Amino acid sequence: MSAPNKSYDPVEVEALKPQEIERMRDEALAAFAAAPSLDALQEAKTAHTGGTSPLALANREIGALPPQAKAAAGKLVGQARGAVNKALAGRQAELEAERDARVLVEEAVDVTLPHDRVPAGARHPLTTLSDRIEDVFVAMGYEVAEGPQAEAEWFNFDALNIGPDHPARGEADTFFVEGPDGSADSGVVLRTHTSPVQIRSLLERELPVYVICPGRVYRTDELDATHTPVFHQVELLAVDEGLTMADLKGTLDHMVQSLFGAGMKTRLRPNFFPFTEPSAEMDMVCYVCRGESVGNPDRPCRTCSSEGWIELGGCGMVNPKVLAACGVDPEKYSGFAFGFGIERMLMFRHNVEDMRDMVEGDVRFTRPFGMEI
Amino acid sequence: MRIPLSWLREYVDLPATETGRDVQARLVAAGLEVETVEQLGDGLKGPLVVGQVLTIEELEGFKKPIRFCTVDVGAANGSGDPQEIVCGARNFAVGDKVVVVLPGAELPGGFAISARKTYGRTSHGMICSSDELGMGDDGTKGIIVLPPETEVGKDAIELLELVDEVLDIAVTANRGDCLSLRGVARETAIAYGLPLRDPALLDVPGPNAHGYPVRVSDPIGCDRFTARTVTGLSPEARSPIWLRRRLQKVGMRPISLAVDITNYVMMELGQPLHAYDRSLVQGTVGVRRATEGEKLTTLDGVERALHTEDLVITDERGPIGLAGIMGGADTEIADDAGRATTGVVIEAAHFDAVSVARSARRHKLSSEASRRFERGVDPQAAAAAAQRTVDLLVLLAGGTAEAGVTEISAPSAPHTISVPADHPDKVAGVTYGRETVVRRLQQIGCDVYGQDELIVTVPSWRPDLAEANDLAEEVIRLEGYENLPSTLPRPRSGHGLTARQRLHRRVGRALAGAGYVEALSYPFLGEQVFDQLLLADDDPARRVVRLVNPLNDEEPALRTTMLPGLLAALRRNDGRGSHDLALFETGLVFHPRAERTVAAALPVDRRPTAEEIAALDAALPDQPRHVAVVLAGAREQAGWWGKGRPADWADAIEAARTVAREAGAELIVRGGQYGPWHPGRTAELAVVVDGAERVVGHAGELHPRVLKALGLPDRTCAMEIDLDLVAAAGEDTVRAPRISTFPMATQDVALVVDAAVPHADVEAALREGAGELLESIRLFDVYENGAQLGEGKKSLAYALRFRAADRTLTVDEASAARDAAVALAAERAGAVLRS
Repeated sequence: MSAPNKSYDPVEVEALKPQEIERMRDEALAAFAAAPSLDALQEAKTAHTGGTSPLALANREIGALPPQAKAAAGKLVGQARGAVNKALAGRQAELEAERDARVLVEEAVDVTLPHDRVPAGARHPLTTLSDRIEDVFVAMGYEVAEGPQAEAEWFNFDALNIGPDHPARGEADTFFVEGPDGSADSGVVLRTHTSPVQIRSLLERELPVYVICPGRVYRTDELDATHTPVFHQVELLAVDEGLTMADLKGTLDHMVQSLFGAGMKTRLRPNFFPFTEPSAEMDMVCYVCRGESVGNPDRPCRTCSSEGWIELGGCGMVNPKVLAACGVDPEKYSGFAFGFGIERMLMFRHNVEDMRDMVEGDVRFTRPFGMEI
Repeated sequence: MRIPLSWLREYVDLPATETGRDVQARLVAAGLEVETVEQLGDGLKGPLVVGQVLTIEELEGFKKPIRFCTVDVGAANGSGDPQEIVCGARNFAVGDKVVVVLPGAELPGGFAISARKTYGRTSHGMICSSDELGMGDDGTKGIIVLPPETEVGKDAIELLELVDEVLDIAVTANRGDCLSLRGVARETAIAYGLPLRDPALLDVPGPNAHGYPVRVSDPIGCDRFTARTVTGLSPEARSPIWLRRRLQKVGMRPISLAVDITNYVMMELGQPLHAYDRSLVQGTVGVRRATEGEKLTTLDGVERALHTEDLVITDERGPIGLAGIMGGADTEIADDAGRATTGVVIEAAHFDAVSVARSARRHKLSSEASRRFERGVDPQAAAAAAQRTVDLLVLLAGGTAEAGVTEISAPSAPHTISVPADHPDKVAGVTYGRETVVRRLQQIGCDVYGQDELIVTVPSWRPDLAEANDLAEEVIRLEGYENLPSTLPRPRSGHGLTARQRLHRRVGRALAGAGYVEALSYPFLGEQVFDQLLLADDDPARRVVRLVNPLNDEEPALRTTMLPGLLAALRRNDGRGSHDLALFETGLVFHPRAERTVAAALPVDRRPTAEEIAALDAALPDQPRHVAVVLAGAREQAGWWGKGRPADWADAIEAARTVAREAGAELIVRGGQYGPWHPGRTAELAVVVDGAERVVGHAGELHPRVLKALGLPDRTCAMEIDLDLVAAAGEDTVRAPRISTFPMATQDVALVVDAAVPHADVEAALREGAGELLESIRLFDVYENGAQLGEGKKSLAYALRFRAADRTLTVDEASAARDAAVALAAERAGAVLRS
């Protein structure tokens, strides 16, 4: 290399000859094009664009040229370096693309591998179905009311017009709670229905009352495929001025449409419950066959046994005696109520065949139901 | 109540084409729950005829006695020759009339009859038992032996009324009248718009002074007593086939003629009756309450100590019957050869429903009679029922009705209800109009007067019609529930779920999201489980609420802890092959109150006072909501990604943190020891409620002895906390943090402390010492190495992040904060900075 010219010496510098510059450029271009890898390109880059590369050295020589020659030489070297850098970038991009293509292929994985490190949990379908039903009514303006499961007999029976000697009281299959000192009489039972919550609601809330009462209830049935001593109910109570049985019917229709789809409807059949008068048994159209299996042996329906209707539960207009026991004026207010078992609805809504599956806590049963139903 | 269609047709002229299912549909629409329609004799095909046994040859050499019989079946077999039949039953003799099924016939259940070889002979048919013909229990358990007068060769299908339909009705508690043919016939007649032939419309002679002496001392308990006497009953008289068949079809067992007749009349008219052997009744029959110490042996052979509230029937000696429930053994009718009843006193009385219900309950004795009295019997039917019984005894038993008629009745007025004519309209939400309302009420037997305000006198057989709404129901059901329109009320706007309800859902979702599966266990337990759970003798959880009538005597108590139920579910799953388990449950537990009281029976004619309600609530067990989890096996599965991780104590504690986080509560976790848990791997969990710290439960690994006692997998872990308390400690509203966008400064410190010093104490000291510049602190390593750290020491490594709200921190500022943190940790926990 030559030292910078200190003195004015209009000597032509070898390196700045156009043909020399072109040669340097062409060598660089050739070296880049020939580089087989990014590492090789890096070497070629150092050799042809680094501080000691021929073009860099040539560039340094420009300062030594006479002023009249500087512009032309600068342009010449600048163009060459531009071409070299462009070629370098181009080759760099080419090689990176090649590498990426290769590496990404090499990194390919089997995306069908499982990843069940922590298997999913689930809420019990009885819980989520209850939530779902609550939500239907909450959307209508009802509130959810709760109460104790070990309940005073007065709430569970007397206030509901089931006096001590009422035959229905004896038929209620009640669990009785032991009294003080082990006596048989405590006045406390495990609630046989969620109806005591209706009474508590009427006593605690301001009129009008629109509540839905879900919860656990108890009856002395042995566990088998269709019975369980501990089960869940949802009951509804509406007490307002001017409520009618037609309102009850409409509310039931709305519920089954919300839970089972458009076009669903209910049917009422007369029945008797002490706490409602008039009283009815409520059925819903079979949501599977929509009644088309009736009298149609070619298309039998397992869900409704080809009866076209599915029994839901009991309902009716709140017995004025119940209102009176809660201090509500039956001359001014009327109300309707209904109740049904959630186990039963889960069974026919989701093809559960055995009550025990809902009771035993087997994770294989519960998991598929996930978080909501 | 079982209603044979053939019997029902006696009172209502139903179209001949009407099937049991048709009647079922009509009655269901009218409100009678006809559960099934049984097809009697379905698939039965003759020839089935009456035969007379001519000869019996006992065949020897078989495992059981076998008879080869010849039976005269008249011309029914075409030839008139005796029919040769092999028979295994023995309750018949030569000369008996029996039912013979001939080859070519088919018995119910598709059982085809043909001549076949058996026991070395050829049997040309069968001699039938009642079972084989689907007739129900006749008490013999053998061959049907017909009355001697039965004609040989007669078609037995018709004779025994083998083909019929029986409607089985689940009669609701208010419709005692429908526990009779009469009542169901009335509903049927209304449903079809046909007239009813009321079987209670009989000519009944008026009462006179010659009847059997009766004294009713308790006219409240017994407002009507009719007594009739029939003498000269033939001891040989047996219930005719039609009577036996009808009783069988309604589900009763024929017993003896007099008893069968009283049962028959009860089924027909709904009036329970009792027949006393006249020769065994001594003196005046009385009705009174039992006195202290009195005893009575009832017909079922049980000696009963009577209560002073029991209403009894007496004679001179004392009680001879439990009124309205069951007669006494002393005056029982007999048809034994040795002591045949030839004269009876018939009782047709009306007893108070409540009195009967209480006595039946007290003596745990429910009878056909008590079921009817409890649900309401037509008091006006007593005289007719007595007459009907007398008539049948005269007709079938050759008796003589005595002229004396005793009738005692307390004065009473028919029940009337005043109801606005538009009341049914208002209840239904339908405009029926006065005319329809009046017509429907008249149809069910009411007398109706008045225009806008109706005065309705209800019929004696409908004691359930007591209020205006009862009448509204009658109108609405007869007009058809199916015709009610569907309208939606507009409830007042509600407030949605309460905070507590939303929390319960959130806790469930959070635990399920963390991999837990919800189980819903029964809340029953046996107290021996407390020993298995290693609870101390004075542990409050041992104080339980017990049931008087548990389903399982082994589990008479209500749970005070969720663990037994949830662990049972875990064991069940494990036994079924699911070994990696994480279960949770939320639910109530039950604790008796310190001061135990009895929940009073409050009146129902008014609103109870606040004090009365509070007293009821004070009598209830305390019922807080708990949440619990149990874990066993792997918490993280092994897989292609590497090793799995077993569930451990830390998972159980983290579940508690998850719950607390959902509740917005700060959970205090510290080492503790409690019964079921491993003493070295148990966290005591606490929250602060209203300024006071409350222990809410425990979490960790279970004690190995508990696992052994309960048969649980090794290293099973559990957590249980009082969710109500955790919720009470929760903050309602999250206050948004101020987010600084200035850079953070990170400082890691490793501190050496005694192994026994809990991380929580070290972290608390660091946090406090670091001051307000500290944004977060996180333990990222725990290291124990005796050689490097010294025995009994451990190293805790923390990442501290510092940040200021208003500036970029200098290195010096961050270091100063770190040094202050370490200094406090050194002071509080003896921590030494590890170099």
